[in-house]
Amino acid sequence: MDTLILSRIQFAANISFHILFPTITIALGWVLLFFKLAYNRTGNVAWMQVYFTWVKVFALTFALGVVTGITMTFQFGTNWPGFMETVGNIAGPLLGYEVLTAFFLEAVFLGIMLFGFRRVSNAVHTLATLIVAAGTVLSAFWILVLNSWMQTPAGFEMRDGVAFATDWWAIIFNPSFGWRLAHMLIASGLTVAFLIAGLSALRYLSGDRSESLHKALKTGIVMGAILIPIQILVGDQHGLNTLEHQPQKVAAMEANWETRANVPLVLFAIPDEEARTNHYEITIPNGASLILRHSADGVVPGLNDFEGEHPPVFPVFWAFRIMVGTGVLMLVVSWYGAWRLWRGRALPKPLLYVMVPMSVAGWVATEAGWYTTEIGRQPWLVTGVLKTADAVGPVPGSHVALTLAIYLILYVVLFVVYVGVLIYLALKAAREGDPEPRPALSGRAVDQPMEAGE
Amino acid sequence: MTIDWPTVLPLIFAGLMGVAILVYVVLDGFDLGIGILFYAGTDDAEKDVMINAIGPFWDANETWLVLAVGLLLVAFPMAHGIILTALYLPVFVLLVGLILRGVAFDFRAKVPVHRKHRWNFAFFAGSLGAAVAQGYMLGIYVLGLRTGLGAFAFGVLTAFCLAASYAAMGAAWLIYKTEGALQQKAVSWLRRALIFAVVGMAAISAATPLASPRIFERWFTMPTMVWLAPLPILSVALFYWLWRLTERLPDPHDSHSLKPFLGLAAIFLLGFLGLAYSFYPYVVPEQLTIWQAAAATGSLAFILVGTVIVLPVVLGSSLYVYGVFRGKATELHYD
Repeated sequence: MDTLILSRIQFAANISFHILFPTITIALGWVLLFFKLAYNRTGNVAWMQVYFTWVKVFALTFALGVVTGITMTFQFGTNWPGFMETVGNIAGPLLGYEVLTAFFLEAVFLGIMLFGFRRVSNAVHTLATLIVAAGTVLSAFWILVLNSWMQTPAGFEMRDGVAFATDWWAIIFNPSFGWRLAHMLIASGLTVAFLIAGLSALRYLSGDRSESLHKALKTGIVMGAILIPIQILVGDQHGLNTLEHQPQKVAAMEANWETRANVPLVLFAIPDEEARTNHYEITIPNGASLILRHSADGVVPGLNDFEGEHPPVFPVFWAFRIMVGTGVLMLVVSWYGAWRLWRGRALPKPLLYVMVPMSVAGWVATEAGWYTTEIGRQPWLVTGVLKTADAVGPVPGSHVALTLAIYLILYVVLFVVYVGVLIYLALKAAREGDPEPRPALSGRAVDQPMEAGE
Repeated sequence: MTIDWPTVLPLIFAGLMGVAILVYVVLDGFDLGIGILFYAGTDDAEKDVMINAIGPFWDANETWLVLAVGLLLVAFPMAHGIILTALYLPVFVLLVGLILRGVAFDFRAKVPVHRKHRWNFAFFAGSLGAAVAQGYMLGIYVLGLRTGLGAFAFGVLTAFCLAASYAAMGAAWLIYKTEGALQQKAVSWLRRALIFAVVGMAAISAATPLASPRIFERWFTMPTMVWLAPLPILSVALFYWLWRLTERLPDPHDSHSLKPFLGLAAIFLLGFLGLAYSFYPYVVPEQLTIWQAAAATGSLAFILVGTVIVLPVVLGSSLYVYGVFRGKATELHYD
């Protein structure tokens, strides 16, 4: 295997592992703020208990996000020097803004958010939570600017093979940015919703009936039920945007080999790139034309228009289906759960048993979605500007093979431990229940409504 | 007067990058150092105190490395590629080290108690690995990214000495943040680590001019030699002062507990100034100057605006956080 393919696998491994953690922290910060504000408003200690339970998850996840994120910054240089040499004038400042505006905000105030509850006033602690939450979103903002720009570059000109910025506004608000950002932020919200719901279901099943658990469980289910229909709408718009700007990606997502009208929606198939056809197809007539063109005889671009220039079909096709399938499952589970809660009934055991493994549903959908869009960009690294094969560095393949192997081992170990710790923390919390009275809260200053009112 | 931006901007960014590296070395220096000292004869309770002494800070400390590498990438994209491909394997060791210690921080406190010692060890190994990798990279960089057995041996020497310097920083931070038996131990750790730090700085100071005739010229011609003389003299004086200070530590009123840390930070500053003087204007030694490697002027201007606004805020809020968690380390609580 050569340096190119090994470097690609290594980058894919690093970023696939990294994205697991920001996907959680982006939304979990806001959920924590919600818990905090609910406590400030009601004075109900159960809200603070939920906060303390989940802030531990936040701390752990954030740490993993930081250390795996550092790897990414270095990797641009160690493995892909051609990327910075060609588009460094644009990618550099965007990454720079990410570090400056977001990373620092989060990292500096995280200490207060995690360990400062006894040291600062309640208002400052709430503010620190807000700043950390805002920092994670800002971080996502800049990273998605860069990613979207690589998908649909704008606002630049090429001089001697190097990109120069001509219009920063056009670079930041490039054609695919808005929908992609919205899609990712909601994906993060769904990931957290199902994580909270799933781990709370686990606690419930192991006998925990504490008030803080109910609050968490309800928050997760309601959040999921609200976000999933929004995500389906936003995802649809994002897809139409891709159809306009990267039609070859949509052609691969639909495994549509010919540009034509009345294109069916392929539910199942084994795309065969050599024969340029699908095996074992199960289709809905006119489905793709209806979804993408909103009319049965709408013309949908096919892969024949992009021969030699389109992404590999099989992984894009299947990644997309896994994402959509997971989304449908999320819809069913969260709506059924929300309906039961709304009717004031207990959640049935089978539903709880389904919710536990669905703790990771958001991860599955997010990874599948990113595979769709990133593999769908190939063979380009920056669409129309730089091919992936031209950006790779001069490092010997054996070195990359060595580092890749160790990264993979490390990631597997960390993943297993991380998931193990989440389960362990949940079961431990289930055993302990809500301690009464909260030891830390009883000694606090009178700046809290609960105590001021008493 | 018009400002020649294409000349000035790379200078500004080289300066900013220098500040970021220096702040990183001082701040992450002490928390990496505490990791290196993790097994220097400590019991479990002391290990917890050591972690508590850095718990609220380490995330932000490590972010300075991201900023430094980020600035290299933003301002000097060509150099970023050349340096990091040349240092491929040490960079990898650094990253694995940082990953291990970063996660060990949280895992050691959250896994079942009987598994805690594993993550204690990961914290130690990761910290040591990261420090050694940084020292090795420093050595190779000083030699102009040279390869070969001699360069490797020199890299190993600087690796060892930088790790020792970090251990000294860690010990100095513990003198500030702890009391009693642990503080006592920290003083003796500091004394031992200081010796290696001196050796390391002397080795780098000797090797840098010998590695390149250009750098030799810069230091050893009259009259610049006179102007530069305070740099080594001050460093030696600081080392001596620090050594004498440690003989009186820990003092009963604990009134000097922050001084060793500040003294070491000053020594790092002087060493860094010396290196900066040696290599200016090169960002890749003897190959690429900061102007040759610089990104487009428009791009630098775009990011400068943000930097000027954000950096003071970051510094201010960092100071605030250090203020909130000032004083002796106490047990960290989420609630």
